[in-house]
Amino acid sequence: MNIIEVRNLKTKFENKIVHDNISLTIKEGEIYGLLGPSGCGKTTLLREMVMLQEFSEGSIEVLGYDIYNINHVNAQKIRSKWGVLFQAGALFSSLSIKENIALPLIEYTDLSSSMIDEIVNFKINLVGLKSSDAHLFPSQISGGMKKKAALARALAMDPKLLFLDEPTSGLDPISARDFDRLILKLRSVLGLTIVMVSHDLQSIYDTLDRVAIIDNQKIAYEGTISEIGSVNSNFIQTFFKNKEHII
Amino acid sequence: MHTLITIQLKADKLFLNFSGEITVYTINILQNKLLNINTSTVKEIVFDLNAILFLDTAGALFLNKLQHDYEIQTFNVKISSHNKKINDTLELVENYKIDSNTRDERAVSSLHIFYRKYRKYIEGVKYFMEFLGRLFMSIVLYLKSFKSIRYKEIFFEINESGVKALWIVSLTSFLIGLVVAFQSSYQLKIYGANIFIVDMLGLSILRELAPVITAIVIAGRSGSAFTAQIGAMKITQEIDAMKTMGFDPYSFLLLPRIIALMIILPILVFVSDIMGMLGGMIVANIDLGITVEVFTSRFQEVIKVKHFYVGILKAPFFAFLIASIGIYRGLVVKDDTKSIGINTTKSVVESIFAVIVCDALFSIAFTSVGI
Repeated sequence: MNIIEVRNLKTKFENKIVHDNISLTIKEGEIYGLLGPSGCGKTTLLREMVMLQEFSEGSIEVLGYDIYNINHVNAQKIRSKWGVLFQAGALFSSLSIKENIALPLIEYTDLSSSMIDEIVNFKINLVGLKSSDAHLFPSQISGGMKKKAALARALAMDPKLLFLDEPTSGLDPISARDFDRLILKLRSVLGLTIVMVSHDLQSIYDTLDRVAIIDNQKIAYEGTISEIGSVNSNFIQTFFKNKEHII
Repeated sequence: MHTLITIQLKADKLFLNFSGEITVYTINILQNKLLNINTSTVKEIVFDLNAILFLDTAGALFLNKLQHDYEIQTFNVKISSHNKKINDTLELVENYKIDSNTRDERAVSSLHIFYRKYRKYIEGVKYFMEFLGRLFMSIVLYLKSFKSIRYKEIFFEINESGVKALWIVSLTSFLIGLVVAFQSSYQLKIYGANIFIVDMLGLSILRELAPVITAIVIAGRSGSAFTAQIGAMKITQEIDAMKTMGFDPYSFLLLPRIIALMIILPILVFVSDIMGMLGGMIVANIDLGITVEVFTSRFQEVIKVKHFYVGILKAPFFAFLIASIGIYRGLVVKDDTKSIGINTTKSVVESIFAVIVCDALFSIAFTSVGI
């Protein structure tokens, strides 16, 4: 089943064309990467998929809904089925980590506070934070911890679809690898579909099933990583040149 | 919706047959259904999970907790599940859950809270002293070389917080003069002491009302703006960036604002004096029949020039208080958005309070030396 389908997408800012006729398909249960040089519009595409930004032409279908013509009820429905991890975490600065994670649970379910507590503590532990840090505020924790807390918030409602914007940037190599393992585990256990924007080569090789490479406003390549070497693109040749050192 | 659970009791065995989707949305219903089961004759409880269509981590956590609760009550719990996915989810939950007994609760006594609060005030006072000290040092450094004075910023701030405030300060003072004259004219008419309105207005407006009203308007207008500006700069790390580039925030941001306000506030008070007296004069003319010529000649006769100077002299002190409190509040903004709101409120309240306290001190001081 296709979780996300992008068809002939065109995005324009004033006179600048960002995407020109982009099409891609993301299937259920896969970890899909959006790659490309900086400024190619990866994050813009991600923002269009989560309805934060409008596109000019074409269509995007997420979880079976055409998000261009979606009504409010269906939009809320699919919003409850995905989790989004922003690049800088975007935790609510006036709430503690615990309250940040508990917020969707409090707003969308009728659970008792002890059950919410239990779920929050589990999610905190799952992403590798200490439960003693749960009462801290976002301004009191490091960048890496913010990222983990934001992931815990994205996972709070057990989403089927997870969007990650540069999940490993700003993490130390050990935490980054832990993060990769965590993502793989979540996918296998919870059956998540994960869409991520990444620049971390190690993470790309370790986690991604399929990738789309956006270059010069178009999709330069869509498919598995192993077949990428045969593609004739300037960006791919330079970016993946040193892959032998990594694997 | 699917039935989530069927409960069967066979001899001393209780069968809980879960089915359907056990997720964060449905465990609340399950919890209520499980509340009133009679377990008095039961020795063994069997969880049958084979009919579950989908189990999320919240649901797994719920089942795990249920199992442990029953085990604590010394029941023999068995789980029957052949679905690998469900088993994996249960295992994940078992590995990552936090034992509720070992949780760090951080209970604090009320004494400790009091101590923390008290310490916060002391730290606040200490930080304000440090701020004043550094401010004084930068003023000294500033005055040593006239080259380093940032004229452009000073004039920009004079325009922002002075010239653009002229209209509102004039209007406020005009209305205050009008109201004071109107209220007192009624009293004065009773005694036929109409002409004394000039003495009253001259003294009260020149000495007290004009400087205090102007200072309050500027505190609300510029004090809050300083806090919000500098607070936002702190959150976006602009101040850190300035420091690493070797720009001293005190001389780049603080002193231009303080100096600008200290220059412009006396001028605003002067304008306020004029407008206040104008308002009073209009009421005296209409209500008490005192012509402009009579009013001005009486004014020259009874109001000594020292009253005017007293009012003007206070203005730079008020300006210093407003600007330094506004900037200080901006600098203590923490790394979150809520803190800007809190500190802006505090900045306005504290600067108005400081202005009034300072005015009271001046009042006592001037009276005791006979000015």
